[in-house]
Amino acid sequence: MSQPTGSRGDSSGEARDTDWDGVRLHVVSGKGGTGKTTVAAALALALAAGGRKVLLVEVEGRQGIAQAFDLPPLPYEERKIAVAPGGGDVYALAIDPEEAMLEYLEMFYGIKRVGKALTRLGVVDFATTIAPGLRDVLVTGKTTEAVRRRDKQGRRVYDAVVMDAPPTGRIARFLNVTQEVAGLARVGPIKHHADLVRGVLASPETAVHFVTLLEEMPVQETLDGIEELRETGLPVGGVFVNMVRPAGLPERVLEAACRGRFDSAELALGLKAAGLADVTADASAIAEALAREVAEHAVRTELEKRERIALEEAGVRRYDLPLLPEGADLAGLYELADTLRTQGAA
Amino acid sequence: MTRTAPALDIDAILDDPDTRIIVCCGSGGVGKTTTAAALGLRAAERGRSVVVLTVDPAKRLAQAMGLTELDNTPRRVLSVDGAGKRRGELHAMMLDMKRTFDEIIEAHADPERARQILTNPFYQSLSSSFSGTQEYMAMEKLGQLRRSNEWDLIVVDTPPSRSALDFLDAPERLGRFLDGKLIRILMAPAKAGGRSAFKLLNAGFGMVAGILTKVIGAQVLRDIQMFVTALDAVFGGFRQRAEQTYRLLQAPGTAFLVVAAPERDAMREASYFVERLADERMPLAGLVVNRVHRPLVPSLSAARSSAAAEELDARGEHELTAAVLRLHAGRMQLAAREQRQQEHFTSAHPTVPIAQVPAMPEDVHDLEGLRQIGQLLAS
Repeated sequence: MSQPTGSRGDSSGEARDTDWDGVRLHVVSGKGGTGKTTVAAALALALAAGGRKVLLVEVEGRQGIAQAFDLPPLPYEERKIAVAPGGGDVYALAIDPEEAMLEYLEMFYGIKRVGKALTRLGVVDFATTIAPGLRDVLVTGKTTEAVRRRDKQGRRVYDAVVMDAPPTGRIARFLNVTQEVAGLARVGPIKHHADLVRGVLASPETAVHFVTLLEEMPVQETLDGIEELRETGLPVGGVFVNMVRPAGLPERVLEAACRGRFDSAELALGLKAAGLADVTADASAIAEALAREVAEHAVRTELEKRERIALEEAGVRRYDLPLLPEGADLAGLYELADTLRTQGAA
Repeated sequence: MTRTAPALDIDAILDDPDTRIIVCCGSGGVGKTTTAAALGLRAAERGRSVVVLTVDPAKRLAQAMGLTELDNTPRRVLSVDGAGKRRGELHAMMLDMKRTFDEIIEAHADPERARQILTNPFYQSLSSSFSGTQEYMAMEKLGQLRRSNEWDLIVVDTPPSRSALDFLDAPERLGRFLDGKLIRILMAPAKAGGRSAFKLLNAGFGMVAGILTKVIGAQVLRDIQMFVTALDAVFGGFRQRAEQTYRLLQAPGTAFLVVAAPERDAMREASYFVERLADERMPLAGLVVNRVHRPLVPSLSAARSSAAAEELDARGEHELTAAVLRLHAGRMQLAAREQRQQEHFTSAHPTVPIAQVPAMPEDVHDLEGLRQIGQLLAS
């Protein structure tokens, strides 16, 4: 770990030289199925490592964080869910738009105890599910509030906030809150609130990361998402390439296999030598079937290479996360967090 | 004990003339749209007249079906001389949510009222936002297609919702809103011709109206009031419309297919979905598990394979064989993990039939690719 480099404002944690020093809000997006929640969780652990305090928020009511950490469903309350390597804390919050709205009314307008009346009359339903964009302003508003929050000594309460955000297809819209509420409020308190939220989201304190697999559709969506963010003036972070499989075989073997020229005779000899087949006919049969597995693997590796090149063109920082043989269980999260730290993401 | 799920007979569903609607649902990124397109193509090639309604297809898949624009109109993809006497047809369309909403307004309101609604800022925002409108409009479009009776099978791909179940709730929610008390509060001033009308309401209503004015501002409130008044005059029973769609989904001619990938989160979502469909008495046909990894040498276990690789390494010979064996071991492990995920599902839902589609190295780009998926689904 390096020495503090320059001012980190009023951070309570120890400064370190990472790719995202100065970023307090990490928004993690990704196409469905790419493991965005897993990566957000691992990033939170990595950022908390070494004695920091990090808040991990989820905004879509899926209880993905609870599942990732193997916990019962989380309430609308910031609570400690994990200890990071070297003694940091990860807190979690499942943001419920309804609760966020009641909290907001109370905080800014001093309106108390009207929750039931509002709910009964359908106002809460209206605001959180029908009114365009309002739900998004409520959840991003709650998140940015946590980013800005200070304790009595004026220090930031959290060193960083990680948001498990909506999928790539929706992310620019979700974060572009001012635009989203434009139809609902061109002036007035909602507009004002949206502007405040937008101020944090568009600042250098925020980075929007994308999780992808080395497959055509997720990569395309990632590139589109980066483009969209740039157009709307929101800060693009890094790309996290998830579930990366090792090539496992030498380049020339893969190339040959791609063109259907893999030598299964040599493989058959190897199988016999390893005692996996006694009879030559058996060895050949197994070798041929294995050769087909190799060919499939080679084709996929080739495609992955192509996708990697496509990602390079986006000109953003990339991180590789390995495919975990046992899946992303709790131990897996710590392993991924470690990988992220090694690569300088946190 | 390992439970084996019953096999899902896709062709029986596609060939049954009573099947009029197939709904593909599941969490994001599991291949719902591809499954819907593949089913549509297969049904057409088996002699049915099919329309695939898709919400947000990936570019290349859209191209594969010949959809170049989001124009809300079914486009013909192909005609085939079907297996029997019947000639199959495949149409496909992409939902344009705003246009669908506009069309409902235009069809049901007189021109002046339609103009009032269509130019209302709140309406414009509502009709192009994602907050449930997409789900609602997808269901609305489904209803329209079904009523038109032009196709004998509609395959619909559900929107990529934040929660995969939003499409079931959205119509009900919008209906509840438009028929609810809030609407009456919002409409009161417009009806009485002035803000003073709030005073006519009881104290609770008045307080809520006060808060609304304070928080969203008077102008927005007026926009919403005008919108709601105009809309209410058009529909009266918006809720009734939502209920119609809901009943359509419950009808015996509808088949729900839950789509998943053999991963923890996707299977968990699938489980939840199956339970929810049962609660709502929606007809579930089965589960489609996409992207299943199948080892080609299942008899050679991961353990034996790894041990042999280690043995070869230790002896310093057959380097390539060792590498291939490790690759195979990884594949066996992955297959075993995927198998466990499916077994979890099956022990919770032993009667739900399952169809598996093996993982493909490449995404589907053309009709041939879709045809292949269709074959795998049916085999």
